[in-house]
This record gives sequence, structure tokens and C-alpha cells, in this order.
Amino acid sequence: MKRMLAGLVALFVAIPAYAKLNVVVTTPDLAAVAREVGGDQVEITTLARPTEDPHFVDAKPSFIVRLNKANALIEGGAELENGWLPPLLAGVRNPKIQSGQPGRIFCSEGISMREVPTALDRSKGDLHATGNPHFMVDPLNARIVALHLADAFTRLETSSAGIFSANARKFTDALDAKIIEWERMLAPFKGREIVAYHNSWLYFAERFELKIELFLEPKPGIPPSPSHLAEVISKMKEMNARVVIVDPYLNRKTAETVARGTDATVLDVAQFPGGVKGTDGGYIALMDYLVNSLAKALGEKK
Amino acid sequence: MKSKSLWASSLGLGLAALTCYADDSATVEKLHQQLQQMQENFNRTVREQQSQIEVLKKQLDEVQRKQGNPSDATAPGVQTNPANASTQPLGPTARSWSPTDPIRIGGRSAVVDISLVGTFAAGTSTAHDIEGGTQLGGHDPNQRGFTVQGVELNLQGAVDPYFRGNANILFSVDSGGESFIELEEAWLETVSLPANLQLRAGQYLTEFGRLNTQHPHTWGFVDTSLVNSRLLGGDGVRNPGIRLSWLVPTPFYSELYFGAQNSQGETAHSFRSDHEGEPFLGRVWNDRGVHSLGDMLYTARYAMSFDLSDNQTLLGGISTLLGPNGAGRNTDTQIYGADVYWKWKPPTAHAGFPFVSLQTEAMLRRLQAGAFSNDFDGSGMLDAGEDLFGDGLIHNSPREMLTDWGIYSQFLYGFRKGWVAGLRGDYVGRTKSASYEMAHGDDPARLGRWRVSPNLTWYPSEFSKIRLQYNYDAREKTGVDHAIWLQFELLLGAHTAHKF
Repeated sequence: MKRMLAGLVALFVAIPAYAKLNVVVTTPDLAAVAREVGGDQVEITTLARPTEDPHFVDAKPSFIVRLNKANALIEGGAELENGWLPPLLAGVRNPKIQSGQPGRIFCSEGISMREVPTALDRSKGDLHATGNPHFMVDPLNARIVALHLADAFTRLETSSAGIFSANARKFTDALDAKIIEWERMLAPFKGREIVAYHNSWLYFAERFELKIELFLEPKPGIPPSPSHLAEVISKMKEMNARVVIVDPYLNRKTAETVARGTDATVLDVAQFPGGVKGTDGGYIALMDYLVNSLAKALGEKK
Repeated sequence: MKSKSLWASSLGLGLAALTCYADDSATVEKLHQQLQQMQENFNRTVREQQSQIEVLKKQLDEVQRKQGNPSDATAPGVQTNPANASTQPLGPTARSWSPTDPIRIGGRSAVVDISLVGTFAAGTSTAHDIEGGTQLGGHDPNQRGFTVQGVELNLQGAVDPYFRGNANILFSVDSGGESFIELEEAWLETVSLPANLQLRAGQYLTEFGRLNTQHPHTWGFVDTSLVNSRLLGGDGVRNPGIRLSWLVPTPFYSELYFGAQNSQGETAHSFRSDHEGEPFLGRVWNDRGVHSLGDMLYTARYAMSFDLSDNQTLLGGISTLLGPNGAGRNTDTQIYGADVYWKWKPPTAHAGFPFVSLQTEAMLRRLQAGAFSNDFDGSGMLDAGEDLFGDGLIHNSPREMLTDWGIYSQFLYGFRKGWVAGLRGDYVGRTKSASYEMAHGDDPARLGRWRVSPNLTWYPSEFSKIRLQYNYDAREKTGVDHAIWLQFELLLGAHTAHKF
């Protein structure tokens, strides 16, 4: 019996060895880094689209088929996908991506999570128990994820270990050079106030020493009320905050109304490569866009 | 192992293999896992530190290069302060749990995800027979004033590496003010059977159509559809049993389900339910007991789904339910159903809005009813206890086939964040009147009926909702009734993530 089982397992393990690693990734930011590290050794399928609200992706049955055939599943690991990934996983019947298997990769491992609530209280909005899940907008975190993925891919495909580590090295080297450039570009705006719709820019703000503490949402996941917006407008005037950043899936009109009342600029931003025009190139292209457009907007609105 | 063998053999070879495998190498595997985990933790820390160090080093190099080259005055703000905050690790703000902290439920901090959904309704209807008359569903609003539609406690999580568990226990208060408990679901399901198979065992909602497998709080309307409540019963079909499903290796999603469940009780309304001794479809129903495998309730369903575009998804299925019924000595029921669900959501939807969805289900029931007479002892006279229909007459009904059908179609439009407008149309009826109806008069449980229900729902957040619904309800021979219901709901605990 045991031998039969071992044979069966060997058969299952042996098949992917001849093919590329079939990797399913929940969000496009993680997918971009996975693509850098995996290179042509992996086939990446991304579930959420770059313009989509990552908290509310539909658990489409077609995703079950993709997950069923995957060698690995890469997810954020910080409850961002909590609303749609669990029902998909309930039906995938793919032992390779069960929790605890090498094919199940949580990118938040090794990341210092911020805003981990000491008490979970939904009167404060929809908080995540593991902390603010939007950690990928800090390029240093992307660096950690890249190295983590190289390790994870190596565990799945030992023969390509060299390729994965070389790819990761190439990516982190490029990123390191860029981090210095980005920090320099945003340095003149240290301490400036920027208004966001949702609290998804904390890690970015901390890295570049900006202040993104004022939100159009009164609490995470709670829609803006007129009284809250009035308060935001008066605070913006007080703080001289002149830039409002909006993700593609958030209500730009709300941001425009606020901006009109405060002579501020509305800036389209995205957490995901491809979420705004000109960011299809990958993670570094996205960060380039974010830093450049933010520096420009902040420079115009002194 | 011995005590498990009976259980394992009933579950099939695959499971037995898993159990053997687990027993033999559990200890070694456990140690291996511990070691691997420690190594991973260590690696992770090292990786993070390395990242920080390398970036720091590079920045230092940069600064030194700049200092050695003072003509480069255009480089702004590269900090020379070694204690530069921007390169310090972003320290976690978490602290360890103390006994005065609340106990966390949900997320990764617990072995079990717990949630509680309370659904209530308030309203009124012009009908004289609201409960079981206009409102047939077991969790529908059933009286003027307030109704506790249900307070569902859901527990779910991984049982062990081989099974996933789920339990749904419903607490409620009936229209008479009595509290009661229902075991809606409690099952375990395999996570790693080979060949794309999945086995579920326990008490579960039968995989028939769409609405039957959904818990009341996920419905788009205050009440259940007419066809579901008339053909499948007020509480839908659910019973203890076993279900095997196969994810068919097609390029698109398609799945086959086969189920075998007990066929008695009030949650098997068209099957071996005794209807608590009350006449149903012109007969007194008897639970005939179980004598062979043919006395179980069998389900088959085939579901498939296509992404029509990036923004549109279609999910459809056909289902069938086969089992004996209590309307005769050797009679059975077949129910066939077809369902389709279509949803549109743009790529820039915020919190799931806007969206448009359309859901339609049609069902047909062929119910064989045995010959019946309320002159039980054949004396030719109506003795005490034989006047079942309250008219002092003896009714003799032949063995006959009763065919009933129905359809509902519902349209939901999430027009802005948190707001959904809905419209549902319902129809149920019979194909022709039965022999027993000639004698007794038309049976309200078979007469034609249609209903139109517009509604508006507001979700202040994902965890609460308020819904207002109007029902225009036209029953053949009874006339038109109007009802208005306000529903409110709260959710405590773990995120509810729902199937598509």
C-alpha cells in the first residue's frame, strides 16, 4: 500500500519536473516580482486584475481550475485576499498548495507588518488581524519578497536554484540602485502631507518619510460621509495638504470634490503594475511612476 | 486503526491510504516539520537583516561618493545621518497577548473561524395566512410585527491535514414565541483525495440548484423563492449523508456531484417526510422506513462556468433529486432543476460595486402518490379519527402522478457602493389538477401562484445590512395579497467569504 502511494506521489511530483512551474499569484504586485525571480522557468497566472479592488475579487469558478493545476500559490499572507481566496481553496483539491506545503507561499513572511491591532474592534472599521496588508509599496519589502520567492522556487525546483538566485540578485541590484534614486527624488518633500482615499499607502509613506495620515474614508472600508469630507477639507487647509491620491477602483469624483475645495491635485496611483497607464513594465516601472508623479505633483503645489 | 477501519472502508480506498500513511511516519514527519520551520524562521530573519544591511551599505557608499565629490551639489537630501529613520527596519507594533485582551476570533490567530449572523424582519401582510400561506419558507418573515429569521452560528476550519470542517447551527424563535435550534450543517470534507475527487460527509445542504445550498443571510431577498419552498420544502433539502464531487478536467470549470442522504424528515419535504400526520397532497404520509439502498435520497448535479469576458461570468447547472416518498407504499419522487447565474462587474469596481447579476432557477417535480382512502378500516363508514378532511366524507383517491413546476428569476443591481436594487419574479403551479383535487377541491399546495418582489438593500458595511421589500402575491382562487418587510442583519466574527 505504502509503496503504491509512494509511486503515486512520485508520479505526481515527476510530471511538473519536465514543464515550467505553474504558479498562481493572487495580486499583480506579487506576480510582477515572481516574474522577475522566476524568469522563463515559471508560468505565472494572476487572479486579481491590476485595476481591481484587491479586497473584493469575485471567487470565480474559473479560478478553481487554475488553482487545481498549479504547482504553487503565492499570496500576500496578510488577509488582503480573505474575502475570496478561502472559498476557492475549499474546492481546489490540490494537495500541492495546501497550507504547510512548499507550494503554498505567503509573501508577508519576513515582512515587519505595521498597524497590527492589539485589539480587533470592528467599530473601528475593517481591520486586519495581521496588520496593514499593503506592504508591497515599500520597495524594501519587495526586496525581501524577491529573496523569499527565490528560496521558495528553489524548494520547488531545485535544479533551477542558480537561475532563481541570479534572477533575484539581478532584481534586487536594480531595486537597490532605484531605492537610492527614489529616496533622493522625494527627499525635498520630507514630512509633506498627502491625502489618500484608503489607508493603503502606509509603507510607502514610512519609506519616503511622507505623511499619508488623512483619508477620505472615515474608517477602513467605511464609505466617506459628507461631514467627514468637510472635516478632511478643513484639515487639508490647516496642514497645507495639496495632493490627493486615488487608486483606480476608488471613487475619483469624491477626491475631485475634495480637491476643488482645497486647490489640490488629484493624482492617479495604483498599488499594482498596470493599474495606471505606463506601469505595465513591472514593479520598478510602477514605483518609478509613483515616485515621479508624486514628486511632480508635490513640486507644483508648494 | 482497528476502530477506524469500518469508517475508512466506507469512505473508500483513498482515505484508508491516507490514514495508514499518517500513522506510520507521523513522528518523523513532525520532527522534520519542526526542524524545517525553525530553519525557515531563521532564514527569514537573516533575509530581512541582509536586505536592510545591503541598502544601508549602498546608501553609505553613495553618501561617501558625494562627499568626496562636493561639486555634485544637485543631489538633494541624501541623509548623512547614520541614524536615518528611513533605513531603520520598520518595526512591528505587535505585542504579545495578555489575559486582559479580548480573545481574537477569525484570521490566523485561531484554530476555528467563528461567526454569528443574526437576521430579523419586521413588517406586515394583507394575507390571513402569512405563515405557511403566503410565506412558505422556514426562515421567511411569518407574522405581522417582528420575526427572528434566524441567528446562525458558523464554525469552520481545518480539522487536520486531511479534512476541513464546517458547522452551521441556527437559533430562532418561532411565531408562537418558542425558541428552537436547527442543525443546518455539520460536515467534514477531504482536502487531498487523488483524481480531483472530494468527499463530504455529515449533515449538509443538498447540492440542488443555487438557492438550496445558500444560507438565508446570503439571499438577495427577504424570503425564499416560491418554487424552492413548494417543491423542496420550507427549509430546503438537507439531511445527513455523503457527497462525492469530481472536478472534471475540462479547460473550463465543471464539476459533478453525487450525493446519498437520508430521505426522511421535514427537510425531505417531497420524500419520506410524514408531514407530522397532516394530510399532504390528499393523503396521509407515512415514513416507510429504510429497507434497501433504494430508500435513500440521491442527488446528482453538473455545474459549469465560463468567463464570457473579463467582466462577465456565467455559472449554470442541472440537478436532479431522486428518492422514495411517503405518499404511498411503493412510490417515489423525482425533482429536476436547471439554474443559471450571470454576473457583470467592471474592472474598477470598488468594494464589489457596481455590479449586475441575474439568477434563474426552474424546477419540475414528478411525485407518485399511492391509492388512498380515509376509510382506513374499509368499513364503508367514517369512524372516529377518519374524518381527515373535515367534511364528513369518505375520499378515495387512485394511484396517480402529480406533476408540479415553478420558476423564479431575480435581478440585482448594485448601483453604488453599499446599495443594491433587486427585482424578483416567481411562478409555481401544477401541470393539471389531480384526481384527489376533483373530490376535495383544488389544493392550495398545487394551485397556480405568482409573485413580484422589488426590493432595496443598503449595506452600511460588509457586516450589516438593511433591506426593504414589497411582495405582490397573486394566488389562484385566493386573490392578491400585499406584504412589506424590512429586514436587518448583523454579522459578528470572521469574514464571511462566499462561493461565487
